[in-house]
Amino acid sequence: MSELSRREMVAWLATLPIAQAALAAERALRSTAPFTPKFFTPHEWRTVRLLVDAIIPRDDRSGSATDAGVPEFMDFIMTDRPQERLPMRGGLRWLDNHCHDQFNAAFADCTPAQQTSVLDKISSPPVEFFTMFRDLTATGFWSSKMGVADLRYIGNTVVHEWTGCPDAALSKLGVSY
Amino acid sequence: MRPIYDVAIVGSGAGGGMAAYMLTKAGANVILLEAGAPWNAIADGAMLTWPYESPRRGASTPTHHFGEFDACIGGWSLDGEPYTSAPGSQFMWWRARMLGGRTNHWGRISLRWGPDDFRRKSIDGLGDNWPITYDDVKPWYDETDRLIGLFGSNEGLPNDPDGVFLPPPKPRCFELLIKQACDKTAVRCIPARLSILTKPVNGRAACHYCGQCSRGCKTNSNFSSPGVLIEPAQRTGKLTLLTNAMVREVTAGQDGLATGVSYIDKTTGADEHVRARIVVLAASACESARLLLNSGLSNHSGLVGQYLTDTTGTDVSGYIPRMADHITHNEDGVGGMHLYMPWWVDNKTLDFPRGYHIEPSGGLHLPAYGFMSDTMRHVSHAGYGKALKADYRRLYGATVNFSGRGEMIPNADSYCEIDPNVVDRWGIPVLRFHWKWTDYEYKQVKHMQETFRSLISAMGGEPLTPMPTAAEGYGIAAGGQIIHELGTTRMGRDPSTSVLNPWCQSHEVKNLFVVDGGPFVSQADKNPTWTILALAMRTSDYIATQRKSGAL
Repeated sequence: MSELSRREMVAWLATLPIAQAALAAERALRSTAPFTPKFFTPHEWRTVRLLVDAIIPRDDRSGSATDAGVPEFMDFIMTDRPQERLPMRGGLRWLDNHCHDQFNAAFADCTPAQQTSVLDKISSPPVEFFTMFRDLTATGFWSSKMGVADLRYIGNTVVHEWTGCPDAALSKLGVSY
Repeated sequence: MRPIYDVAIVGSGAGGGMAAYMLTKAGANVILLEAGAPWNAIADGAMLTWPYESPRRGASTPTHHFGEFDACIGGWSLDGEPYTSAPGSQFMWWRARMLGGRTNHWGRISLRWGPDDFRRKSIDGLGDNWPITYDDVKPWYDETDRLIGLFGSNEGLPNDPDGVFLPPPKPRCFELLIKQACDKTAVRCIPARLSILTKPVNGRAACHYCGQCSRGCKTNSNFSSPGVLIEPAQRTGKLTLLTNAMVREVTAGQDGLATGVSYIDKTTGADEHVRARIVVLAASACESARLLLNSGLSNHSGLVGQYLTDTTGTDVSGYIPRMADHITHNEDGVGGMHLYMPWWVDNKTLDFPRGYHIEPSGGLHLPAYGFMSDTMRHVSHAGYGKALKADYRRLYGATVNFSGRGEMIPNADSYCEIDPNVVDRWGIPVLRFHWKWTDYEYKQVKHMQETFRSLISAMGGEPLTPMPTAAEGYGIAAGGQIIHELGTTRMGRDPSTSVLNPWCQSHEVKNLFVVDGGPFVSQADKNPTWTILALAMRTSDYIATQRKSGAL
């Protein structure tokens, strides 16, 4: 390939095809038809949707985990990564067992106050199920389009000239070139 | 009548790609056999893909061990291509099955070796000296620098020689903090030396700083064999490229000379043979050794497969409070570190031989599967809800990681041999690995851990994990985990203690050469790839000269 000017290279990069299958899958996740989970049972699905939004709620900067499609992402991951299934399914069942012991109801059927007390208990210090579930919720949220924008990540692009650490960051960190 | 090629090359990575480039330029008809499928960064690579363009957000798959967007097809386990380990041995054997092999996904860390690295036995009495010196290889390093292009800085260091460098990119924010900590703790910190272009070279565009070298570069701005070596070789019209060709044996005639290679065409399942006047093996150190062993060639010394080494490695990550609540900016840079720390200690003050270099990383990254799990496990106490959401924002980009890459002493308990009981899906007997770290390596890795923790402390930070214990091997990576296997077809002047002569030519089979990591007599406190390239260039030049004079 002969040497391209910067402008030519940027234009050329913009024409590159994105893998059609990946794009179709992403569109499928965002479709307006009701989503039918392939892994989660209807009861698990209710539980997951409650849990993810408890972990990452809507706030003034961005939407909640369900707004960002995190439950759909999790369902896909369960179909894609067999090693994640038992910790998830067993963990959700463990959570319900715990709630039955405390409140004679599954997590999804507990009152909000009861759910809060259970979450407080399992998140501080965090039990392994909570850590796994929180991490997966976070992956689904922060790697979504909404999440990437919330983080104000501005990379993954063509940079004509690398100028290093900006002045505002240099002075905040107390370093210089 | 089937054609006879001048040269058959097995493997299209760094060594094989360089040999193909050099030998086609010298006018030879070359056939290059690659076990993997064709792969092209422009058509097949995932550069500039957002995580949300895939439902798994970059997670690994059975064919992509380093993540679905990573360029590498293959990994430590391959469907239908097992290997075994002797009881008590743990070795992880990486196979990249694609055109260009590991050069598609590697770190581009391009450190030419120094004078001491070729004569370590004379310095500390351990291992063996190479039969060649830095001065023998220097002209080839220089030519490799010019041909492929790398950035760096000339520092006049005695064992990290100057090169032909493009200007290095300015350090990132967190790298300036690391440099500050290094200056405080007397660890030398200088610009990195990576084969990524900061200016156009030989018609290849300069880097656009997307930080995704490991996905394969669509503008050919980093070094990978297909874009930099194989495509120019193809343009000579003298290269025949066979992909999906699993070579199983080097064939030889009555006179003991190689006659070509037998391979399995993976697309048809047929057993095929290619005739060649010269055979060059570059299938990676263990794979080439496996070929020689399965062919019953070039092993009167008994050393094929012996003295297998890998780089020592360990990591420590740290949370740096000063880096929290970062100022928004694009911190991607090149796909690797802008600064690094070459070996800086006088071994007379230490209880272990040789040394290591340090590769820093950290800061802001494109979110992907597994986002911030280590940081949150060890740093955040926020639980769930708005406080947790705020903690992700606050702590994003606030960690650094130090990786050590050091020099192992070759030992007689670390080697690979043919397992007599197991074959792979192609009917080829597999390798059985024997592996052992010694106290030399454990103590070196302990020093890495201590150094990294003191750097994190000097940055005002906290390590995410506690110091590994002796029982945990001080956190040493498993054999094969760093993917720098060297030494299985070592060079030397004496045929009873080496497989190849100083030209990487088989002592016993004059038209057989090896140009991957196999010929190496030692590791170094530096990565091997740049030396693989320089030696492959040098050996190819030797082959071309020998052909011209009629000796081959």
